[in-house]
Formats: sequence, C-alpha cells, structure tokens
Amino acid sequence: MNKTDVLIIGAGPTGLFCAHQLGIIGLTCEIVDNLDKAGGQCIELYPDKPIYDIPAIPECTGEELTNNLLKQIKPFNINFHLNQRVEEIKKVNDRWHVKTNGNKEFDVASIVIAGGVGSFEPRKFPVKECEKFEGNSLFYAVKDKTIFKDKTISIFGGGDSALDWAIELSNTSKVNLIHRRDGFSGMEASVQKVKELNDQGKINLYTKYQLDSVSGENKINSVKIKHDEGEVKDIKSDYVLGFFGLIMQLGPILDWGLNIDKKKVEVNTENFETNINGIFAIGDICSYPGKLKLILSGFHEGALAARGCFKYAKPDEKLRFEFTTTSKAAQERLGIKND
Amino acid sequence: MPKITYRTQDNKTHIIDVQNGLTVMEGAIQNDIPGIDADCGGGMSCATCHVYVDEEWLDKLPVKEDGEEDMLDMAFEPKKNSRLSCQLIVSDTLDGLVVNIPSKQG
Repeated sequence: MNKTDVLIIGAGPTGLFCAHQLGIIGLTCEIVDNLDKAGGQCIELYPDKPIYDIPAIPECTGEELTNNLLKQIKPFNINFHLNQRVEEIKKVNDRWHVKTNGNKEFDVASIVIAGGVGSFEPRKFPVKECEKFEGNSLFYAVKDKTIFKDKTISIFGGGDSALDWAIELSNTSKVNLIHRRDGFSGMEASVQKVKELNDQGKINLYTKYQLDSVSGENKINSVKIKHDEGEVKDIKSDYVLGFFGLIMQLGPILDWGLNIDKKKVEVNTENFETNINGIFAIGDICSYPGKLKLILSGFHEGALAARGCFKYAKPDEKLRFEFTTTSKAAQERLGIKND
Repeated sequence: MPKITYRTQDNKTHIIDVQNGLTVMEGAIQNDIPGIDADCGGGMSCATCHVYVDEEWLDKLPVKEDGEEDMLDMAFEPKKNSRLSCQLIVSDTLDGLVVNIPSKQG
C-alpha cells in the first residue's frame, strides 16, 4: 500500500502541474496513468504539433511542454505508476483506498482526477466476432512476437504501428497488410519499404480493403476482406493484428458515484471538488459553466484543487497563501539554496 | 441560417439551424445530437466526430486535408463518404447538408 497525501489520476499537463502545486504547498502525491509515459493527449495525440496558447510560451510542441512540466516537478521526486488504470476506490474512515488494474494500492487523503477524456485504450475492429478471438489469435498490440514465427499474419491499418510490424514480422512470418485506402499515414520510408517487400512477394499488400469477417473454431483460421467496390477475398490467417490508434474511454470512473454529464465530471469552481468530498476533477474531464478545454484552464484548476486537497491531508493545519518569489518554505521544497 | 440535417442511428432526423462559421461538429454538440463525441474538441486528432455525408454532397464539400484522411483510418467503419465533422465549417453553400452519424465512434 502506497501512502501519500494525494493520488493524481492522469499524467497529462494538468495532472503534472497539479503535482507541482501540491509540492509547493508541502503535500505529497503520486501519479497513475494508463499510458506508458507521461504527457497525456499532448504526447499521445499531438507530440509534434506546436501549441501557441500556453501563457508566456509563444510556441512549443506537446512533447516540449511535457518535458518542461516534468522538469518543473523534478524537485518533488514524484512517483509515477504508468500502465496502470485506476479500477476501484473505497472510502475508509477519512481516507481513500484506491486500487489499479495492476493491483497497486494507495491510501490517500484525497484524489484528483485529471483524466482528460478518459484513459487511452486501443480502438477495436467493428466486426462483432472479433471479440471472441481477442487475446488468443487477434491482438491490438504485440507482446510476444515469437508466437508469430512461421505463421500467417493479417495486419490491418495504415499508420506506423501497422507498417513497422508488417516489415518486422515479414522476416519470420507470412504477412498480409490490409488498409482501407492507397495512402498511408505512416512514415514515407516505411511505406516505400512495404511496397518493396510487396514487389518481392514478402508481404501481400491489399489496399482499399477492410475486414469483413473472421472465422475459425477456437482460433482464427481465415479472414474475409472486402474491397471498396464490394469484392470479397478469403485469406488464410493464423493471427490478426489491428492497429487503429487509441481511443479515450472513461471506464471505471463512471461507477464511482460522481455527477457525470456527457462524459464530464461536474465540479464547483471554488476548488474543483466533485459532488464527493475529497475527490477533485480538473482539466478536460471536468465541467462547469464557462469551461474552456484549454491547457491553461487546466493549470488554474489544478492550482485551486491542490489547495482544496490541503484540508484533507492536514486537517489540523491552516494553509497560508505564499508566493514562490518570497516563500522560504516553498523555495526549500523546490530545492533552492538561499545564502 | 444554414440548415444542417443530422440523421442518427435510431433513424431520427434532426434539422438544426447552425450559424455560419461553426463546424458541423459544434452544431451537433451544442444541440445535444447523440452519437458525436468530439473527444479532442475539434483538433483533428481523435476521429470521434466521424460522419457519413450524403453522396450528393460529397463533391460540394471542401477537400480533405491530409491529416483528416489519416485520422479517418482510425475511425469506426470508415467509408468513401466519411468525413470528420470538425473539419466541415458551416456556410451558406452547406445549407441543406445531410450527415449520417455512425453507430459508434470507436
């Protein structure tokens, strides 16, 4: 059991800055995120796209913003728990016990949900029967590539994941790459490589085709793919891989008794607390009259929520408002040495 | 004001006056039309405002930017008449546009 003052759910810019604000006022926190890295939408959806509306930063990319925020919270030595999705929360006396899908447990005074639009999950095939084979012969990520050796793999998608795996697996497996159009969104060099391998007969490339159905007993043995014009091909496949990026799902948060409207958690604008005492929500996931889905709004919300957490973490102390320019305590927490 | 028709999965037709300058996605969100999620808020980064445009309108719409077609690769059951509604900016020339909302966004 990890015992700390606050658990932040979501390592996007809002969650990271909230951690900074908690650190400044002397509270400890840990951060959980379902992705394998910090940064949230900034890093997953638009790492290279420039952002122009962060105050005092005329231009920066999602990746730069994330790296700067990580640098800013470095003095606080915050523990990150990545690849973890929070599953259950339980009130135990005055504290919250929180459990993740990886069985990590936390004992905290309050929870800050900075979950964006939800946790990132792989997008799945629209074809219903796919569910039956998921995890045995149909996957949305590759965990153990050795299982594909000498087998026939049908890979769907046109981005870097689909192209990279098609190239890599073509060394040891028979690979079909199926994509809905002639153009690809992956790197040009990879597209060229795939076309070369197709010409050499090492990859079978099917463009303007999409998955129509899968069949097999316990495991997949063939898939039907359908052309834009209606023609259907039956191709033998031992495994199917789908790479359609990630989608955000609210998941277990829906079951915690929070007031949720249109996938957003309702909060007050004084300290961004939800209808449940001790649970706060900030950033894209929260809603209140006038809410703007901007990163700068998330920073403001995080600063106020951090102060809202104080009374739960230190019920017998009074929080005094201070500036980092002059507060000795804040500077000490930041590791700044004054003579 | 241009009228945009949203056809939802339950076979309901919603005819909405949408102001010039708003996107077809915003027209749906502001009027509580079910089935458009718009998770990223109009940034062409999520493919959850995916719609099927009525065939007769396909050629009359502004052409797709590269990024839109890339995002549509990720959409649920993309077709030839798929568009991201956040990229369709309403103007008088779009008066009467009909879009069909898919059964799921992801």
